[in-house]
Amino acid sequence: MNAPLRRVAISVLVLFTLLIVNVNVIQVVRSDELRSDGRNTRVLVEEYDSERGSMVVGGTEVANSVPTDDQLTYLRQYANGPVYAPVTGYYSLVYGNWQLERAADDVLSGDDARLFTRRLADLFTGRDPSGGDVVLTLDTAVQETAMAGLEGVTGAVVALDPSTGAVLGLASTPTYDPNQLSSHEPAAIREYAEGLEALEIDPRLNRAIDARYSPGSIFKVVVSAAALADGQYTSDTVIPAPQELVLPGTSTPLENFGGSACDPSGRQSLLDALTVSCNTAFAQLGIDLGEDRVRQMAEAFGIDGEGFDIPLTVADSTLGEIENDAQLGVSSIGQQDVQLTPLQAAMIASAVANDGTLMSPYLVDQVRAPDLSVIDQTDPEELSEPVSAEVADQLTEMMTSVVENGSGRRARIPGVTVAGKTGTAENAGPDHNWFIGFAPADDPQIAVAVFVANGGGTGGDVSAPIARDVMQAYLDGQGG
Amino acid sequence: MTAGPTTDPRAAAPGTATPPKRRNTELALLGFAVVITLVAQAIVDLTVTGSLTAELATFGLWFTALWAVAHLVVRRWAPYADPLLLPSVALLVGLGLSFIHRLDLAAQQAGSSVSREDAPIQLVWATLGMVLFVGVLLVLRDHRLLSRFAYTLALVGLVLLAIPAVLPSSLSEVNGAKIWIRVAGFSIQPGEFAKICLTVFFAAYLVDKRDVLALASRRVMGLELPRGRDLGPVLVAWMLSILVLVFERDLGSSLLLFGIFVVMLYVATERASWLLIGLGLFAAGALVAYQIFGHVQQRVDSWLDPFAYYDGSGFQVAQALFGLGTGGLFGAGLGGGRPDQVPVAKSDFIAAAVGEELGLFGLVAVIIVYLVLVERGLRTSLICRDAFGKLLAAGLAFAIAWQVFVVLGGVTGLLPLTGLTTPFLAYGGSSLVANFVLVALLVRISDAARRPAAPTGPPKPALGDAPTEVVQT
Repeated sequence: MNAPLRRVAISVLVLFTLLIVNVNVIQVVRSDELRSDGRNTRVLVEEYDSERGSMVVGGTEVANSVPTDDQLTYLRQYANGPVYAPVTGYYSLVYGNWQLERAADDVLSGDDARLFTRRLADLFTGRDPSGGDVVLTLDTAVQETAMAGLEGVTGAVVALDPSTGAVLGLASTPTYDPNQLSSHEPAAIREYAEGLEALEIDPRLNRAIDARYSPGSIFKVVVSAAALADGQYTSDTVIPAPQELVLPGTSTPLENFGGSACDPSGRQSLLDALTVSCNTAFAQLGIDLGEDRVRQMAEAFGIDGEGFDIPLTVADSTLGEIENDAQLGVSSIGQQDVQLTPLQAAMIASAVANDGTLMSPYLVDQVRAPDLSVIDQTDPEELSEPVSAEVADQLTEMMTSVVENGSGRRARIPGVTVAGKTGTAENAGPDHNWFIGFAPADDPQIAVAVFVANGGGTGGDVSAPIARDVMQAYLDGQGG
Repeated sequence: MTAGPTTDPRAAAPGTATPPKRRNTELALLGFAVVITLVAQAIVDLTVTGSLTAELATFGLWFTALWAVAHLVVRRWAPYADPLLLPSVALLVGLGLSFIHRLDLAAQQAGSSVSREDAPIQLVWATLGMVLFVGVLLVLRDHRLLSRFAYTLALVGLVLLAIPAVLPSSLSEVNGAKIWIRVAGFSIQPGEFAKICLTVFFAAYLVDKRDVLALASRRVMGLELPRGRDLGPVLVAWMLSILVLVFERDLGSSLLLFGIFVVMLYVATERASWLLIGLGLFAAGALVAYQIFGHVQQRVDSWLDPFAYYDGSGFQVAQALFGLGTGGLFGAGLGGGRPDQVPVAKSDFIAAAVGEELGLFGLVAVIIVYLVLVERGLRTSLICRDAFGKLLAAGLAFAIAWQVFVVLGGVTGLLPLTGLTTPFLAYGGSSLVANFVLVALLVRISDAARRPAAPTGPPKPALGDAPTEVVQT
């Protein structure tokens, strides 16, 4: 019986080899595929098993993780959730991560290379691994004032520190409660999300960075910059400002706001044209400058058709295709296919405020290890220098005039010189209302853009007061 | 040189030309298995709860005592037994207990309403298994005695096998398989005991009939076919396995019993044709069962693509595969994974837990420990001097191999899922106790096989003189 016995022994060896080969295939070859399968909750559960880092604004945590008793060890909480939701986003079992929860996930989860040594130490000391914190550039007063100012309307406010590019406020309405999307109850999460989806505009969209709108007259600042930088113009240069302008190659007359004349003489200085926001003057100015000069200046301000990260992803702002002088004229007053994100609009004001130098906007000031030691500090970076300091001075003078004497009067702050520009953009619905500006004009601390979608009024009526409140809140905080 | 019969096998004086008994090797390996188990338990406690518990000391003492007793009994009553059998079993049982404990803790942490601790119960079962192990070695001094009870054991085996089929589903069905006897809170899987009874019967029967069964009628394509009238036994065994498949809805037991029988038939007769006939019969039976029974079709479908039936019958295997894949090469570490995500991880799917937390290396190591156990069993069979012992050892060893292959194949998606449990490793009293008996039989045969042969006298001593031995001095 020994011969068949030996064969049985060999067969057993073969069967076991088969098992081992199969296990190799599963645990090595198919490992990544199985690990990352959406239905494999292990990775997710593991993620919820470690303490996710916090987001800090002004020394207070606006997002943090707290231990729970259920199977997912930590619950994500958002203090003052609706106010910071446009920035924090959510951390959801069902819908994944959004906004900074997604953009800064490596740091928050502890996977970031900068946290590597610490993670290695966790492995050996048996300490529960936890993620790093991100300290945001946001200013509590700016963010809260901005959200309060937008209450009841659809809109966005962006505030920047012009000298660094630090984002002081990034508001968007309507907002939502990220706590509702980050709970441990999938059914409740879905129900809440379906409620949001049913709305006309999903509140999870941050209108300050995820959406683009016609800028209207605020774009005249860019055209002014192009003119001044060209050397042929100063703020005092008198340019044509007719009551109507028939665009080249068309029979369509372009009118001023309300059909009024900008100046009885039909001509006015560049400064006056910006102050009263004269459409015909700027349309003609744009045509006179030519597409190249307008486009180059727009690109220098960042309007180059490419998105970027702050680290939240910002949609691309663009001039669109300009096929002829008629379109160039309309584009020069911020209509046609010109589309800006509110953040991009704030960058225009910021560059003017910072002596013509545009700083890269950023939202994360510091990355901290769980023991609060700072492991990364953001250094402000120059993005571009769209205009010289002299041109910036003239633009500041013109924008100050807008607030002192023109359409932006409602942005005035007692005791502080404010520079700004209003915008009222035509679109399919009621007009969009814009205001961009900065203060104090002689020593800019804050640059803002306020956007109210379909506000129906003018930028000066609807958006300028919000900008004023936001700037004042910041200056009050800075002053003491 | 004096030669004479003695009733005491220990009378072999040290320093004589007897083959080594290797008992100290066994002791060292047992110590190794015990240490690994205790370290595993400590790691589980530390990782999951963050502290060592007093229960660990109790467990450690108990577990150590268990194997100390086993070792002493073997040293005294089966001194020549293969030194690798017992340590392999100890390591598997110890690892199993650690993982059951680990899953207990996971259930407690998840705040499960049924936070019954299964590890202490399993330890009690292991103790009961050890009592039977010792009992078998003490009572059964010569394995050949068993052949006298072959037909009694066959009857017992058949009755055990039939009980769940006859009982109402409420008393016999768990998760669709009707292979249980559920009384007073306890669940017994009689098939595990039937497996041993029937293997003993097969061995005795085949030794008796193998000359007849080996007769060839004619050669077809180089294969010597048996005579038609000798097909009876294999047909009976086949019918039996089909009945199990149909009435107990258990592919595992069916496959196990029929596989053991066919392989023993092949070993006994040395006729490969029996293997082909067996394989053909089983394939035909399985095909018919697939055509007729919905539950068989379901099993096969969810085997072919568990992810397509993720919300139903494929969920368990899919979860096991997720666990294995997530474990990868090195595993999540004891207490570091989520093996509790796989339904019934403690019993059917404990191998998935091992693979998830100890990784590919850990799972392959476990498979190799099984391989060592099985190959030592087959080695015992190879050197065994009597035909019955030879065939019985082969059957028992192959039973373990076949069961491990079918279970692990099911868990890893290589074969359709069956209701069998992983021997020694998985939670389940019947399986553990029955397999302790199985190992006791292997140890007994191994002791006889490795014992120095009498230089004179009949090769087969009379049954009544089983422990008798001729000693050289």
